[in-house]
Amino acid sequence: MANGDINTIASIRDKVKSAKISYSELATEYIELAKKADTKLNLFVNSTYDEALTAAKRVDVLVEKSENSLENSSIQGIPTALKDNFNWTDTKTTASSKILDDYISPYNATVTERMLQDSAVILGKTNMDAFAHGSSTETSDYGVTYNPYGENRVSGGSSGGSAAIVAAGAAVYAIGSETAGSVRGPASWCGLYGFAPTYGRISRYGVVAMGSSLDRPGVLANSVMDCALVTDVIAGQDANDATTIPEVKTKYASNLNSEIKKQTLGIPKQFLDERIDSEVSSRILEVVKSYEKLGYKIKEIDLLDPKFSIAVYTIICRSEVSSNLARIDGIRYGHFAEEASENILDQIALNRGEGFGNEAKQRSMTGAYALSAGYYDAYYKRAQRVRTLIIEDFKRAFTEVDLIVGPTMPTVAPKVGVTKNNPLFGELADVLTEPSALAGLPCITVPVGVNSEEMPIGFQIFGPQFAEQEVLDLAYVYEQKLK
Amino acid sequence: MQYEPIIGLEIHIQAKTKSKMFSRVSAEYWGKPPNSCVDPVSLGLPGALPVPNKKAIEHCIKLSLALGCEINQETKFDRKNYFYPDLPKGYQISQYDQPIGFEGELKLGLESDAKVIKITRVHMEEDTGKSIHMENETLLDFNKAGVPLIEVVTEPDFRNGIEIDIFAKQLRQIVRTLGVSDADMEKGQMRYELNISLRKIGEKELPNYKVEIKNIGSISVLQKVLDFEVNRQKEILVTGKAPVQETRGVRDMTGQTYSQRLKEEANDYRYFPEPDIPPFHFTDEYLEGLKNEIPELPMQRQKRYMGLGIAEDIAETIINDEIKLNYLEQVIEFTKNDKSLLERLPTVAKFIISKLSGLSEEDKFDYQISTLPAAVIIRIAELRDAGEINSNTINQILEASAATGKFSDLKSLNDYINQEGLKTNTDESQVNVVVEKVIAAEPDAKERFKKNPKVTMYFVGQAMKELRGKGDAKVLQELIEKRLQELQD
Repeated sequence: MANGDINTIASIRDKVKSAKISYSELATEYIELAKKADTKLNLFVNSTYDEALTAAKRVDVLVEKSENSLENSSIQGIPTALKDNFNWTDTKTTASSKILDDYISPYNATVTERMLQDSAVILGKTNMDAFAHGSSTETSDYGVTYNPYGENRVSGGSSGGSAAIVAAGAAVYAIGSETAGSVRGPASWCGLYGFAPTYGRISRYGVVAMGSSLDRPGVLANSVMDCALVTDVIAGQDANDATTIPEVKTKYASNLNSEIKKQTLGIPKQFLDERIDSEVSSRILEVVKSYEKLGYKIKEIDLLDPKFSIAVYTIICRSEVSSNLARIDGIRYGHFAEEASENILDQIALNRGEGFGNEAKQRSMTGAYALSAGYYDAYYKRAQRVRTLIIEDFKRAFTEVDLIVGPTMPTVAPKVGVTKNNPLFGELADVLTEPSALAGLPCITVPVGVNSEEMPIGFQIFGPQFAEQEVLDLAYVYEQKLK
Repeated sequence: MQYEPIIGLEIHIQAKTKSKMFSRVSAEYWGKPPNSCVDPVSLGLPGALPVPNKKAIEHCIKLSLALGCEINQETKFDRKNYFYPDLPKGYQISQYDQPIGFEGELKLGLESDAKVIKITRVHMEEDTGKSIHMENETLLDFNKAGVPLIEVVTEPDFRNGIEIDIFAKQLRQIVRTLGVSDADMEKGQMRYELNISLRKIGEKELPNYKVEIKNIGSISVLQKVLDFEVNRQKEILVTGKAPVQETRGVRDMTGQTYSQRLKEEANDYRYFPEPDIPPFHFTDEYLEGLKNEIPELPMQRQKRYMGLGIAEDIAETIINDEIKLNYLEQVIEFTKNDKSLLERLPTVAKFIISKLSGLSEEDKFDYQISTLPAAVIIRIAELRDAGEINSNTINQILEASAATGKFSDLKSLNDYINQEGLKTNTDESQVNVVVEKVIAAEPDAKERFKKNPKVTMYFVGQAMKELRGKGDAKVLQELIEKRLQELQD
């Protein structure tokens, strides 16, 4: 926590009970916190304070009716925020791009819908890299979101606004999404837990698509329990998303367990070599030692060098981006150029040329190139083959170890301006999150204090597909026993 | 120089489903106001995801099987990327390298030496929206966007329009029989694309160019397009040049075509696997189940009818008429493979397309088996085949049976025939007396027969009159001919 108390869903429930305040009063308090933090950090693309208050009032009615406090397993009444790529009919959904500056979705994302069903109090749509293209929120058309921990530091990205609002204590948890490391990265740089379950565990329906084969919603929070609890609310099969895992209800929160298990933890050599900041790697090694002391078996493992993942990720993701962004042509919605053309295809080019920012254009063009006739085999097809190798590499590793532990990001949060003259910053910063993203593995980043500059460091745990519970439990052991 | 056209077809068939290919909104858009059958998926809104329609895929598999295709048990969807305002996502979800069906064939007709058209592939995709170009603006209607579409692609096996016509008719019969589509061309449920080139007769290699002609809405326009293109390409070839490889559009109903895109300008569709839809695996059991759901196809049915002794043209008429074939099927069912009953079916089939069809057109008969039971129609056919009733009385019996439904059993039929005295006079001595009488009445009979043997029919008519219409024309003809022959000797 950058300032003030660390709040979790349980601590808020206690506070509401002991201070005898209503959820409306709680919301009002958080709205004030959010306003202050927003001025300083630039949290939102659009705030939704009125909607938050209305929702909180409904929760108060619920509380009155049930003559009881709310269930600890729900997110009812808890102040939160939603990344701006999640559709919500009550406000605009811009994905931080001017091309969707006035776009209001006529339907809710499945995640939004499930949160609203559970009476979430949503304070606003948080800033992000435009279309999630980046790892610093610097590609947002609405300005950078600053890191609450350090003057002039980025909050990370692309879910930078969601990380900053929780780190600033202005929301108890927030919803983000990641394609490479867009939940884990900003969570790590802002001293939070960031959980991304197996690809397909949480529906992508209604989330503005970036790389469809990689995108997954996730949770940024102050505790493992909150990650588990919020996931239980938003996860589960969705008839509107054919890639969701056929399991209706998860029970990560109620099954969460900090007992020490007989497990082997793998430490990939390639995640701790000279490319990683030494303060970061030495902190991670301390974490590993402390697990060892608890009785976990530690094993150094060999994984494919993550540099291959950068190449594979860049080609696959940008290819999908080039196709996914094609629907925004300004004809049915989105920016329509002032200058009109006689020819309809020229008009589309004008709309897109004016509306998209540089990052989206760059990624669309490189992606379209990789998919073009004559280049497809050399780029996209080869990248998919290597992706299969990466998946196989993890499968092999998981025959030797139960879970893998390593640093989340190679450095702490850098200074604003970092992306300048570095067109691949997003992909390079996410080097340690890309391998597990390509394999769709469940992973969590866990905060482990700050470095000499008072900037947070995080370590990540990832496991085989569908091993969310194991991943959460190991993080829980750290939180409960080693912190 | 003589040229022959080398023609391949691509046929787009709108599959008949309640909802669209990738979402739950209604696909039954015909006659609905513009943009009323739309949802986030068919409008391509941000965040919308496609969920494939099982029924549509099963239609595609069944059509593939009916066309004798191999099935790709591992299959997937792909994105075909291009910009057009009526393409809401900026890509069409289609199939690229693993179509559901491939390497099938369709035989043009029943003869063993009938021409076979090879089917290259059968794949599943989605329809686009509709652009309505006005003078100064273009209107867009997305009702059609996302309607399931099955594309059938043939090898360049056609050499003329007649073959295309037969193929198109058979394909339409098949999709209708399978319930895959109503294939109503007026509603754009079946659309054609041609690729056509010419080569000198006698050459074996395919020409080194081809011209694609898109969006042909009817077979009659297709025939005109074909004539136009053959002439156009021939005129170029006789000057020693080669027509350019290009895509052409159809100007109007006259079938004139115009250049749309040259080969160099062809779209690079940047196909790649659709990441929003996991690949499919069709198990053997699943495919076997679908195979078992495929009803008898029209050509098989026609073949079976012909095997029962029904004439080819009669069989063809019946298979194209659901009401008639349902009636015939119930009669066939009644025969239960009893040989003596089965032998009556050719005559029953004749009744169905002649007298009964006439009665049906006059609204006097609706082909209900309860009105004209199988046992009754078979008995009538039996009497007819045995010559016990003749063509004059048959119509009276059928009309009485069909129109009133009064013969629910054989007894009532027999009573009617006896009461009305409708049976042919088969009393040999009586018939012989009549034959002698009508010949004796014409003293120059011998000479007339010598001059023209066809005069026999005149005497048959006279004899029939004598018998008050109850004679058996065939028997009479034989007897009279024999008698006149004797007179000659």
